[in-house]
Amino acid sequence: MSRIAGVFAGLKTQGRAALIPFVEAYDPNRETSLALLRGMAENGADIIEIGMPFTDPMADGPTIQAAGRRGLLAGASLHGVLGLVEEFRRTNNHTPLVLMGYLNPILSYGVEKFCADAARLGVDGLIVVDLPTEEADLLLPDAGKNGLDVIRLVAPTTSDARLPLVLEGSSGFVYYVSITGITGTRTASAADLARDIPRIRAATSLPIAVGFGVRTPEQAAVVAQHADAAIVASALIETLQRENVDAVLRDVKALSAGVRGARQKAA
Amino acid sequence: MTTVLPNTLRNGPDGRGRFGEFGGRFVAETLMPLILELEAAYEAAKADPSFQAELDYYLKHYVGRPSALWHAERLSRELGGAKIYFKRDELNHTGAHKINNCLGQILLAKRMGKTRIIAETGAGQHGVATATVCALFGLPCTVYMGAVDVERQKPNVFRMKLLGAEVVPVSSGAGTLKDAMNDAMRDWVANVQDTFYIIGTAAGPHPYPAMVRDFQCVIGEEAKAQMLEAEGRLPDVAVAAIGGGSNAIGLFHPFLDDTSVRLIGVEAAGHGLDSNEHAASLSRGRPGVLHGNRTYLLQDDDGQILEAHSISAGLDYPGIGPEHSWLHDIGRVEYVAATDKEALAAFQLCTRTEGIIPALEPSHALAHVTKIAPKMSKDEIILMNLCGRGDKDIFSVAKHLGVEL
Ligand SMILES: Cc1ncc(COP(=O)(O)O)c(C=O)c1O
Repeated sequence: MSRIAGVFAGLKTQGRAALIPFVEAYDPNRETSLALLRGMAENGADIIEIGMPFTDPMADGPTIQAAGRRGLLAGASLHGVLGLVEEFRRTNNHTPLVLMGYLNPILSYGVEKFCADAARLGVDGLIVVDLPTEEADLLLPDAGKNGLDVIRLVAPTTSDARLPLVLEGSSGFVYYVSITGITGTRTASAADLARDIPRIRAATSLPIAVGFGVRTPEQAAVVAQHADAAIVASALIETLQRENVDAVLRDVKALSAGVRGARQKAA
Repeated sequence: MTTVLPNTLRNGPDGRGRFGEFGGRFVAETLMPLILELEAAYEAAKADPSFQAELDYYLKHYVGRPSALWHAERLSRELGGAKIYFKRDELNHTGAHKINNCLGQILLAKRMGKTRIIAETGAGQHGVATATVCALFGLPCTVYMGAVDVERQKPNVFRMKLLGAEVVPVSSGAGTLKDAMNDAMRDWVANVQDTFYIIGTAAGPHPYPAMVRDFQCVIGEEAKAQMLEAEGRLPDVAVAAIGGGSNAIGLFHPFLDDTSVRLIGVEAAGHGLDSNEHAASLSRGRPGVLHGNRTYLLQDDDGQILEAHSISAGLDYPGIGPEHSWLHDIGRVEYVAATDKEALAAFQLCTRTEGIIPALEPSHALAHVTKIAPKMSKDEIILMNLCGRGDKDIFSVAKHLGVEL
């Protein structure tokens, strides 16, 4: 069983959802990212998502755009991100790590080599925002060969008829982009989730994570009632900007409490 | 004699929107259903004679097509070689080829029941053309424009505002065309229900590269017929400037199967191809994925996109339409480059010898013409796409020439 599948299997027996916080690599430097990864794992993160900075993050709002720019200024590269994973794995072998980013740096690295290196250094899954199912044959064979989960985005615009196509070849979990928009802007309501999550459940047995616009412990708790994981990114990046690593870990702890306190509706 | 290849070069892209290995649909899932809907709507429109008839009506009576084919006699004499013809798309309403595409796309948007239009712009020509058709059809219009371009293309910014468009300055990245396109895509993702995104060049996710090309092919089709009428034969060389590649593909495509016609695309070499300040994605880039398509890009070793540079805001883009990448790789079209300086010289030469103030974009094409024409014989013919007029550029040209206005 993959690390990601293992985490969700364990949580199922506990009857709770997962918290997946996000770290933009090298924002504002490598040491901070490493401290965040280690601290998050100790403060309630079930899985951690690492953003791979890219010059043109088309699906991201101003907060993640700025974080990516700071990361690039601090010297982030795909090699650097993998190095960060390698170092994290020296002291943590259980928290799944998912890399999220855009296709071009991966193409530039070489898809085959990237998948092999990522898996070897301790990455568990990949989310490539600008790689829709129509183009996924570019990545799926190498990811599969190396045991990397390819996590697919499902959007409110994804029709029921399209869902099976989108989920083809996906594993780990499904990432539900709960709003039509970019990261860090709007927030989906409980009513939205009650409407949307069941139609995805009907199409897959994979766990469903909800991201884009989840900011507070209360919102994370709402997500946890309907879905299997809450992903929080922009709010944590803003806390880091405004305050410091400790403040982010305080927020992660609170988000985790929100998720843990929520009773899951029949999954 | 022209030989038509048995295997035409004109039937791309394939079902996945690819020209060879280039093109495709690299967008987030939120946009994918919209792209598919757009493709279906475009295919239906293409098959509907009333759509083409409506487009033809506006092209004739609103844009003023066909645009003239002009024998640039004094320029030809001055260069002392080939006979040079200009395809004068600068005479179109709004002063560039961009309106050909905008009309096609807004008619499609109306067919699809979309009620809001967005666009990106570099030089502001596509923004002005989009704002113009939005005024014509009474649709609200938002134009994303790099903050740097807002500064260097002020007349066009004011024009767009007069036409009722909202102009949003984009300050992310270097604040040029690439960044404007990112923000236009972000707007589209957030407003999927009612919004139509009019992309201004033959790039982006499928079906845009093919659709924009189809709408711009009117340039090459007219030029071909006009050339046959004027000279009884096809040109020996056809030349066009390349930003994203829409005016060039519009000129080239109808000639792709005419193997006797040499096709030359001119990229912006900025301060020089070896200066790191240029916009020559084919000459100095390598294949990658940006803005929904796989194509040649200016990028660093980590696959981060590099900023382009050109004196011409319309060429200041680190990518190129995917069909050009394919035509480059198969060798059907030659891609060369002209520097800021060469374009400025050509701008002045054209103005002096022909009484036509060209835009800085086609001035790059002309710069290449000045290099090859003297080496050609007097009975050889060059066809150049004069795809925009230079009124928008007089302020930045004055600045470069050290003239205070
Ligand atoms: C007059 C003119 N020519 C050329 C271009 C470059 O675009 P394309 O390569 O798509 O023709 C522009 C873009 O703004 C333009 O305004």
